[in-house]
Amino acid sequence: MPDRIGRVALAIAAIIVSVAVSAADRYDLGRPATPAEIAGWDIDASPSGAGLPPGHGDVRQGEAIFAAKCASCHGAHGEGKPMDRLVGGIGTLHDKKPEKTVGSFWPYPTTLFDFVRRAMPLNAPQSLTPDEVYAVSAYVLFLNGIVAQDTILDADTLAKIKMPNRDGFVSAYPTLGAKP
Amino acid sequence: MSPRTPESTEPTAPERQDGEARRFTRRSLFGASAAAAIVSRTALAQEGDNLPPSVPEWQLEPGEETLSQPYGKPSKFEANVVRRYRQGLPEPPTRLSSFSLTPLQDLHGIITPNGLHYERHHGGVPTIDPSEHRLMVHGLVERPLIFTMEDVTRFPSVSRIHFLECSGNTQNWGAPKPELTAQDTHGLLSCCEWTGVSLATVLAEAGVKPEAKWMLAEGADAASMTRSIPIEKALDDALLAYAQNGERLRPEQGYPLRLLLPGYEGNTNVKWLRRLKLGAEPFQTREETSKYSLLMPNGVARQFNFVMQAKSVITSPSGGHRLTGPGFHEISGVAWSGSGKVARVEVSTDGGASWRDAALQEPILSKCLTRFRAPWNWDGGPATLASRVTDETGYVQPTREALLKVRDVRSYYHYNAIQNWSVAASGAVTNAG
Repeated sequence: MPDRIGRVALAIAAIIVSVAVSAADRYDLGRPATPAEIAGWDIDASPSGAGLPPGHGDVRQGEAIFAAKCASCHGAHGEGKPMDRLVGGIGTLHDKKPEKTVGSFWPYPTTLFDFVRRAMPLNAPQSLTPDEVYAVSAYVLFLNGIVAQDTILDADTLAKIKMPNRDGFVSAYPTLGAKP
Repeated sequence: MSPRTPESTEPTAPERQDGEARRFTRRSLFGASAAAAIVSRTALAQEGDNLPPSVPEWQLEPGEETLSQPYGKPSKFEANVVRRYRQGLPEPPTRLSSFSLTPLQDLHGIITPNGLHYERHHGGVPTIDPSEHRLMVHGLVERPLIFTMEDVTRFPSVSRIHFLECSGNTQNWGAPKPELTAQDTHGLLSCCEWTGVSLATVLAEAGVKPEAKWMLAEGADAASMTRSIPIEKALDDALLAYAQNGERLRPEQGYPLRLLLPGYEGNTNVKWLRRLKLGAEPFQTREETSKYSLLMPNGVARQFNFVMQAKSVITSPSGGHRLTGPGFHEISGVAWSGSGKVARVEVSTDGGASWRDAALQEPILSKCLTRFRAPWNWDGGPATLASRVTDETGYVQPTREALLKVRDVRSYYHYNAIQNWSVAASGAVTNAG
């Protein structure tokens, strides 16, 4: 029993010490971020599917949205000009003049969703609803032959898509630091 | 006021009084009709009138009043020292996503004036009211927190001088375009004193969980630009910077708050910083997959190429300059490394056939520009000037040929090969790649 009391006392002492140390490391600046505040800003989506919002959209809806809000910069069928080409080029990455597009180069479907959601269209970022972002993503992936015309994308189906160049990336961090 | 000619330099006392009266008359004229006065002044002034033995016109009347410029500007005679787009490159479809280049060939020492710091924006430059700017820290932390700018500036502060270089700087992969200047070839490079709070201090406030390995940094611009940063870097020498060269950040550099990752490629130094999210894996954002990755000759893309490798460039003489004649010319330039300090800079005047050491100007700081200089007596014949840096890790700046053996224009980013400038017998200096 005394042994146990001793252990508890030691544990309490350890907690007190750790609080004292961490408090000394801290300046008590800032305030807690509320769940609602975080939810409003936490817009990133990861390859695991984490961060993808509820909602869904299909290729046909995406085609209409693309024509209205994307085609003026990316071409009617994602062929590019004046801005980035989004479609084609699959299998050209070994060529002298590789064609880097969403279809040929981008390794993750979540990156497409994430980027459109945060930054597109250029003149009205964050104006598309999650449903619209799913739909536009579906259309761009359909144009690249990656999904079928009757595809409906949501958090689950989008994250499961394997992009053609999924295995085409290696990380230079940390091992290649200063190599040419 | 026209300059005083030699004949008028020894006036008698009455003449001097007349001169005073004349000056007052002319100042009145300025008040009454500035345009007319300027015209008459221009008509009176002749070439050489401001040179010895004449006394120049600016000594013969008072200058601009104190506080005529509450925020001072460079002399009007330096009006050509400005940022600009790259010569020969078609204008981008929109300047909302574009870049501008620092005029390295016109700068001295190692500090880039704030108005000349290079720009790279992805959705324009936002106008952010600092009282309404917030930094959110969340994800794999013990305590998700929100900071005001007042909170951020209350933390212990630190100032350090570091370069920033866009990893797209220097596109010398192909045949060199002779007309390019150092601004064109190397102008996505600047160096400032940055003041802010150590990121480790702010992260300690939130309490980083052991499983956190990466940090997403997000901007508050229209691109909401994001990059994944290794936790090791975040806890090492990263700063949350709110000031550059003594004043608050310029809007183009992220006002009111930016991430500053010494030695890392420019794009990771997220401007207008609004959010830091700790995670177990990289977030695979657009900027670290489809952009800022190196497509190698085997078709595989190398991503997370964070460190800006050692590099140097002669800025004087450099492309667009013209040597006035044979004789002494100082070779001067800047060298830098994202891995640490510059250890040595060598220069060549024969295109790399022979090298000699340049003098390094103090201070020599880690992940910072170092100014180097070497005397040169030009014999008036053709010459090719080049510089080669070795950093404190022993890394030596490669030749273009050596770099091309590893990767080529398909990789686009992180070109750090030796830069050559051709000097013709005429004195004209041109880009030799």
